[in-house]
Amino acid sequence: MRVVLEAKHITKKFTDPVEMKVLTDVSFQIKRGEFVSVVGKSGCGKSTLLYVLSTMDTDYEGEVWIDGESMVKKSERELAQVRNAKIGFVFQFHYLLNEFSVLHNVMLPGLKLKSYSDEEVEQRAYARLQQLHIEHLANKRANQLSGGEKQRVAIARALINDPIIVMGDEPTGNLDNKNTETVFGIFQQLAEQYQQTLLIVTHDQSFAAKTHRVIAMADGRVI
Amino acid sequence: MKLPLNIEIAKSLLLARWKQTLVAAIGVTFSITMFITLLSFMTGLNDLLDGLILNRTAHVRIYNELKPTETQPIEKATGFAGFHHFVRSIKATNARLDILNSSAIIKSLKADPRVLGVSPKVSAQVFFNAGNVDITGTVNGIDVDAEVRLYSFADYMVAGDYSDLKNIPNTIVLGKPLAAKLMVQLGDRVTVVTQQGEQFQLKVVGLYQSGLQDFDKTQSFASLITVQKILSKPSSYLTDIAVKVKNLPEAPALATEFRKVYNTDAVDIQTANAQFETGTFIRTLIAYAVGITLLIVAGFGIYNILNMMIYEKMDSIAILKATGFSGPDVRLIFLFIALSIGLFGGVTGLMFGFLLSAVIDQVPFVTEALPTVKTYPINYNPWFYFIGITFSLFTTYFAGLFPALKASSIDPVVIIRGK
Repeated sequence: MRVVLEAKHITKKFTDPVEMKVLTDVSFQIKRGEFVSVVGKSGCGKSTLLYVLSTMDTDYEGEVWIDGESMVKKSERELAQVRNAKIGFVFQFHYLLNEFSVLHNVMLPGLKLKSYSDEEVEQRAYARLQQLHIEHLANKRANQLSGGEKQRVAIARALINDPIIVMGDEPTGNLDNKNTETVFGIFQQLAEQYQQTLLIVTHDQSFAAKTHRVIAMADGRVI
Repeated sequence: MKLPLNIEIAKSLLLARWKQTLVAAIGVTFSITMFITLLSFMTGLNDLLDGLILNRTAHVRIYNELKPTETQPIEKATGFAGFHHFVRSIKATNARLDILNSSAIIKSLKADPRVLGVSPKVSAQVFFNAGNVDITGTVNGIDVDAEVRLYSFADYMVAGDYSDLKNIPNTIVLGKPLAAKLMVQLGDRVTVVTQQGEQFQLKVVGLYQSGLQDFDKTQSFASLITVQKILSKPSSYLTDIAVKVKNLPEAPALATEFRKVYNTDAVDIQTANAQFETGTFIRTLIAYAVGITLLIVAGFGIYNILNMMIYEKMDSIAILKATGFSGPDVRLIFLFIALSIGLFGGVTGLMFGFLLSAVIDQVPFVTEALPTVKTYPINYNPWFYFIGITFSLFTTYFAGLFPALKASSIDPVVIIRGK
């Protein structure tokens, strides 16, 4: 199996207000098609690790390899390109743009990537909404949706560019049990049916237990 | 029409808060309107005031001044060369006031490509006889057609017809206050007494008002021939040649040249009226300073609104960055927002500025001093419109640049983790 994401000896320190190591020598690999969860107590550095891996945080020691490429020494523009083409994000909060319709929100990363024409991007976005059974919301504004619906739209947005990995930071953190079930169901379906690689940070043990592999963290180390 | 993605996002952000956008745009509109109106009005007034001088003053005036000879006879005596000469109480001799070889000078001036027009003059000091009183004054003998063409003579005639001056012999145009003092009206006759004591009867065919009261109290105009006749001089007798040049800044250089070539005195308008140029410059400076201040204030308004918009849109900026929009993309989006406010506000400002100055142009402005002016003067110079739109784009660009740079440097991790 091909390695999609690799962390090599990642160490990160916060220097403000006092110097503190949040990540100490973290190394692991994620192979294609794996459904991985990262668990640990609040403050153990699991979210920090995710943002390092996501290329948004560039202030660390060690190396991040995505799809066989080192992310070290890439310019801001190149990193944005990598995020656009290869990574899909689902956050705890949905972060949809209220100025746009649901469909347009899903389309935005696709329009930015420009590997398809605008019409094709629209069709693909609609297909993603159908896949998540929310195609009836396509023309609504983002602020007219319920919490669970918004999170599903956010997942559709994460998938629009066929990312090689989808990263989630507590994607069910703001949802009730029923919606948590639904979102987990979607992730599972993505992993089983479409062999989508997933890396989800969560503190929900029952959620983690159902994933293929659990990376447990404590005090900035993988245990 | 298909717009680039960044611009489409900017458009959506703009329209989502259209009231805020409108307020910012109105700020720009207002300042551009005031800028255009102020400059048009101020320079309109300036041109009017300049016109008072420029329309009636020769760019270069060629004349003979009564003065002592520069080269005294002793300096020509070879026996005293190299000595220091003490000559006391030098006086001017009764030299001729007229310009030597005037017709040849006029001919050569008319052929000069730098010269727009030439107008010869004879001026005579006279007494106007009104009953027992003699009023001193000047009769200017003029080439009527040249004066009308070069110095808008007809504009300053408040009664009568200027063509009578050249068509009817022994006629005169009096300054309006002078006519009032002499108690004469159109068609009446005035008695003119020369310094030599000769009397002439001249018919009043017009009244003249320049706007300068003191000038009008003593001045009158007649044709060249009439004045030459009063002075009993031949038709080659000319005391002044007024030259209008094509390029005003060239006047001082030309004056120097004419002085040398024609061996007469010549004075240029810049030297003769130094104070008027300073006044014009200061007034224009004030107008520009006020206008640009208005624009800068509008710029701060845009800066504030964009800054607020960025605080509101932190989340959106963070997610745009997380999903692959780079810092430069975000900067472009916010710069586009700023520039479209500048362009929209600026263009509307130009239109309102034009309308407002057109309204001012219709407001009656009647003054004794300026007979030709009926409404407030406005200068519709396209240059102001060009400066206005350029500066509005320039100001909004800079007002948008700093918020845009701030937006582009937002760290999405900080925003997303802060939730």
